[in-house]
Amino acid sequence: MTDSAFDWMAAANKKAKGKRPEYFDDPEDERMLSILMAVAGEVSVLRERMDTVERLLETKGTISRDDIESYVPDKNAAYERGVMIREYIYRVMRGPHQMVEELKEAEPSLEELSKELREI
Amino acid sequence: MNDDQKLDVAPPYNAVARHGVSPNPSHDEIARFDFLANFNKFMASALGTGNQLAYDNRVLPKFKKEHGREPKDRFEIRRAMNEDPFHLFWSALKRNSMEMRQQNGRAIVLRQIDELNAKARQFNEGRDTLELNPEIEVPRYQSAVDIHCMPGSYHGEELPGDVSAGANYDCGIFATTGGGLGALTDGGGMALVEWIKKERPGWAPRRVLDIGCTVGHNIVPLALAFPDCEVVAIDTAAPILRYAHARAQSLGATNIQFIQASAEDLSRWDDGTFDWVQTTMFLHETSGKALPSILKEGYRVLADDGLMLHLEQPEYHDGMPLFEQFLRDWDAFNNNEPFWSSMHALDMKDEMISAGFDRDELFETGVRAVVDREIFPENATGEGEDHGRAAFWHAYGAWKNASAIQEAAE
Repeated sequence: MTDSAFDWMAAANKKAKGKRPEYFDDPEDERMLSILMAVAGEVSVLRERMDTVERLLETKGTISRDDIESYVPDKNAAYERGVMIREYIYRVMRGPHQMVEELKEAEPSLEELSKELREI
Repeated sequence: MNDDQKLDVAPPYNAVARHGVSPNPSHDEIARFDFLANFNKFMASALGTGNQLAYDNRVLPKFKKEHGREPKDRFEIRRAMNEDPFHLFWSALKRNSMEMRQQNGRAIVLRQIDELNAKARQFNEGRDTLELNPEIEVPRYQSAVDIHCMPGSYHGEELPGDVSAGANYDCGIFATTGGGLGALTDGGGMALVEWIKKERPGWAPRRVLDIGCTVGHNIVPLALAFPDCEVVAIDTAAPILRYAHARAQSLGATNIQFIQASAEDLSRWDDGTFDWVQTTMFLHETSGKALPSILKEGYRVLADDGLMLHLEQPEYHDGMPLFEQFLRDWDAFNNNEPFWSSMHALDMKDEMISAGFDRDELFETGVRAVVDREIFPENATGEGEDHGRAAFWHAYGAWKNASAIQEAAE
């Protein structure tokens, strides 16, 4: 057991030396995105844990925490779980992903279209 | 399902092999790396394509309008792209992914640091194959920032004498490379073994020097492939060497001597001591003055007909589009790699010549990670490449005085 004087949770959060680049005008946005990304990661973790529980229950009926901790997916299950994570990432990242489409073609605003449709 | 129809997903972290000092990850810690590995794939492919689009459709036209010309270098592109909302958001996400990888790795390692230290001690105590020297100073190029946002860098300790830096480095490479380096993160070292066996069949080096070895993941395969070879692996950071030594011993690579030493001063070794001197993904973590002095020292301790080999990401040659150079530079300015940009702009051939080689002794070749393709997919290169992390390297090499020796023999 780790010495109680050593707070590994605090230590895990240590900042890397070196000034952090600023990506947004408002520094609060940097913090908000870091929280959002961490939560996005944790939801993925919960989903994977749920998947483990479901797979174990399907084959064993009853399970223990040890079963969850020691679960190793076979090749097929590993792929299915990879697809599950990928699907989750695409859903969560819809906003930024749609920016890519916006970049492909500049679209007229709805206001402009509204004017256009009035005339045709 | 037909294999060809499969979606590109990262292999599961469960496929990462364990060795004698591997941290033991919990179910959820594995799941965190599974998320990051797949997230990084998404960032490099589906979202990454937006960078080129933003440049072509928005940033470049605006730049040309304002300046009446094309950008003249990667720095101008970077400054212009850093005004673009898409690129900024992409960078912010990617920076977070890098920070999360560090936090996640450190959490795994630090909650079991006592057990890891105890495991390492079992392999390290009383062995003359680990030589630490507290006199060795951490060079400025290793201490100016924490390289690749790794808190504490290679030399940091959370508890006196610990191995946390090495264990964290080792356990998280999977997340940033999407498993591209294989089960033991040794795809680079495995590739060297495969390359040399083709290049010089039957040749067995007597003594190899690996400079900037970090956790030894690129030297262990070589040591195992040439069991009679005396391998010396050096690094300036003690914590990483403690881990590297224990890791190598547990994998049966007992012919490596890990020594805390600076590559800029190899004076303890005589001229011509080694017949293979190498660095793998190390030179970009040095500096403008350190790099040439490391090459010069490396040349001095290299024997005639010996091999010098450096594995890096490709240099920014004139034929490489400036936009690609800018993309490859991302880590320099966003992931604490302050020498990355300058290093990749060097002509490594000129550097090798300055170190002592003749131009006709030099060669270049591509080296792709050798891993179990059943489990670990090949990293994308070109379209969808995660620049700076692709498991495909450029090797700069030379055989010292090889032609002179051949001529003398004839």
